[in-house]
Amino acid sequence: MPNLSPTKEPMPTQDPKARTQNFGEVALGYTPAQARQEAQRCLQCKNRPCMAGCPVRVDIPGFVARIAAGEDSRAFEVLYASNTLPAVCGRVCPQEIQCERRCVRGIQGEPVAIGRLERYAADALRAAPSPAPEEPAGGHAAARAKIAVVGAGPAGLTCAGDLARLGYAVTVFEAFHRPGGVLTYGIPAFRLPKDVVAYEIDKLRGLGVEIRTNVIVGKTLTAEELLADHAAVFLGTGAGLPNFMGIPGESLSGVFSANEYLTRVNLMRAYDEAYDTPVIRSRRVAVVGGGNVAMDAARCALRLGAENVSVVYRRSEAEMPARQEEIRHAREEGVSFVMLAAPVRVLGDERQWVRGLECVRMALGEPGQDGRRSVGEVPASNFVLEADTVIVAIGNRPNTLVEEGTAGLERDRRNCLIVDEQTLRASRDGVYAGGDIVTGAATVIQAMGAGKRAAASIDAYIRGK
Amino acid sequence: MYTILEKRALSKQMTKMTLNAPLVAKKALAGQFVILRVNETGERAPFTIADYNRAAGTIDVIYQTVGKTTMLLDTLRAGDALLDLAGPLGRPAELDGYRKAVVIGGGAGCAIAYPSAKALHEKGAEVTVIAGFRSKDIIMLEEEMRAVSDRLTIMTDDGSNGCRGFVTDALRELLDGGGAGYDLAIAIGPIPMMKAVCQVTAPFGLRTVVSLNPIMVDGTGMCGGCRVTVGDQVKFACVDGPDFDGHQVDFDELQNRNRAYQEHERDACRLFGQGI
Repeated sequence: MPNLSPTKEPMPTQDPKARTQNFGEVALGYTPAQARQEAQRCLQCKNRPCMAGCPVRVDIPGFVARIAAGEDSRAFEVLYASNTLPAVCGRVCPQEIQCERRCVRGIQGEPVAIGRLERYAADALRAAPSPAPEEPAGGHAAARAKIAVVGAGPAGLTCAGDLARLGYAVTVFEAFHRPGGVLTYGIPAFRLPKDVVAYEIDKLRGLGVEIRTNVIVGKTLTAEELLADHAAVFLGTGAGLPNFMGIPGESLSGVFSANEYLTRVNLMRAYDEAYDTPVIRSRRVAVVGGGNVAMDAARCALRLGAENVSVVYRRSEAEMPARQEEIRHAREEGVSFVMLAAPVRVLGDERQWVRGLECVRMALGEPGQDGRRSVGEVPASNFVLEADTVIVAIGNRPNTLVEEGTAGLERDRRNCLIVDEQTLRASRDGVYAGGDIVTGAATVIQAMGAGKRAAASIDAYIRGK
Repeated sequence: MYTILEKRALSKQMTKMTLNAPLVAKKALAGQFVILRVNETGERAPFTIADYNRAAGTIDVIYQTVGKTTMLLDTLRAGDALLDLAGPLGRPAELDGYRKAVVIGGGAGCAIAYPSAKALHEKGAEVTVIAGFRSKDIIMLEEEMRAVSDRLTIMTDDGSNGCRGFVTDALRELLDGGGAGYDLAIAIGPIPMMKAVCQVTAPFGLRTVVSLNPIMVDGTGMCGGCRVTVGDQVKFACVDGPDFDGHQVDFDELQNRNRAYQEHERDACRLFGQGI
């Protein structure tokens, strides 16, 4: 008999006041009893609508049923068969627009908390590891070929994991000193603890994936060289080049890209006194942008001791691309939202440090062709937001470093790599690409979905050789 | 393993390390840099590749112990290893097609100017090197610079080597009111020096390339911390540079941005000195 509660089992969280003083995880995770209770809300629909909403096609009813039955390690096996980063996905996927949006329970009441259950299954395994590590499956004869994966972010790691399972000899090349891509440098520990990321990456190594850090493809090695001694190359270098606003004063001290701010805090652990990398301890912070990255930067600033943190966004809250949960968490913690405001100038003091952000009020107009409402400036409505730090979180573009020294890789006008939509094959034979390098900045799970599709295409390509 | 194969003092303040880094050595060119991390709690810090040996698979870096990271680096000896090293980063210096070049190095900047002088010399250009130091006892790379130049002038601020003055004094004299046929100037050193050199060369329309050293984290274009204003454009020194047309660079802005963590650095050095 399913649990007929119309609402999700609530997620225990750290108290908002307490959590702004630390980088510990905000959402604490279900207990076994809570997980079973929630899992029993699943109706086990025959047509499995939730799965259609998952970019990596996790067998959702399958693993949820195992949790409901109290078989946590079986749940993990089902989950891990299609998702090699489940503890990550359970925390950072926008389930509300994917699997959970299609859940039948959501028609009357709240959908099953699939994301929380996914996290539970992954965390349960990490807390009590199963004795036998997973061995590479061996695969077919052709699958002993060497594959190079460029970029150890969500796309690359997923592609590498799937190929390793098929028996390929996979080497992942990572520019940073630590793998994980945005999972490591971008998403803060209070949303995604770094030991969780490290654990899932170690599991990939257990599958036979070799990870070589400090290799900048395009500089240390070229993709051309990788092609010479690998049967195929997957490019998953993401979209790492930060956009700036292009307004006066943007080069004043105290103006940072969200990338820089977050990399200092997350990858370089600037919040920890034991680490050498500095981060500015600000008093009043203005974060420009309305996405998850803006929320992450704002919440980091609070935890670093800022008295006042404002998110400045040119449209209204309804249009903000950030997940509702992130907006809610940020607000609970004390982040203020300055909506319908667009920066026009960063103001500096006599030391050329930021002292404020001059903005203009915006007004929403009619929905445009893309369904988004247009915005326009309200004349003579300028105002100054006092700030000693401005963090620019208005998106990233793909970095073209990876193709230096390699001819024949085509990019579109936005600098995104052009690939075949079905196979993710790039314009060079043997080269595949996926994730933000193809789509521009998107989500972790979309990148993972692309990594998975590319792995299947690479396998088909090598079998066909 | 990024093992330190040799560590040698070049002067009272400057040290050269030869590092095992075969992949970097294979690709390295004059003007490029590496990012290294000494240990787990260390910063990612950029260092110019002062020299490389492709056959031996080594690169040289030269540093002055001025901050926490270089102090930490200086605690290592030959046989020890760095935790991380990545490169070569940045665009190589563009040195083709020049006939007569003057390479100006200031203090520690000579370590970075030297590979460019060497490359120009190997490409057949007539090379004049002007090097400036505060005093005689911190002069370094004299023999190396002499070997790759047709003319070497070493200036000291205090005149302790017999040539008192700034590099700009020697440069003005060299250009002799007419430019003396030079078609390239390279200036590498403290920001005020590079700015002053550009002011001297501008009236001659002499192309002047400077190598910039802004604060950076990743070195691959990701953080944007190293942005500099060049002409009317914002450039990232790590991927668009580090070399730029000096006549277009906003040096005052760069100087100011480089001061962002000054207090933090001072505290870090003080604590390091106290063994904390």
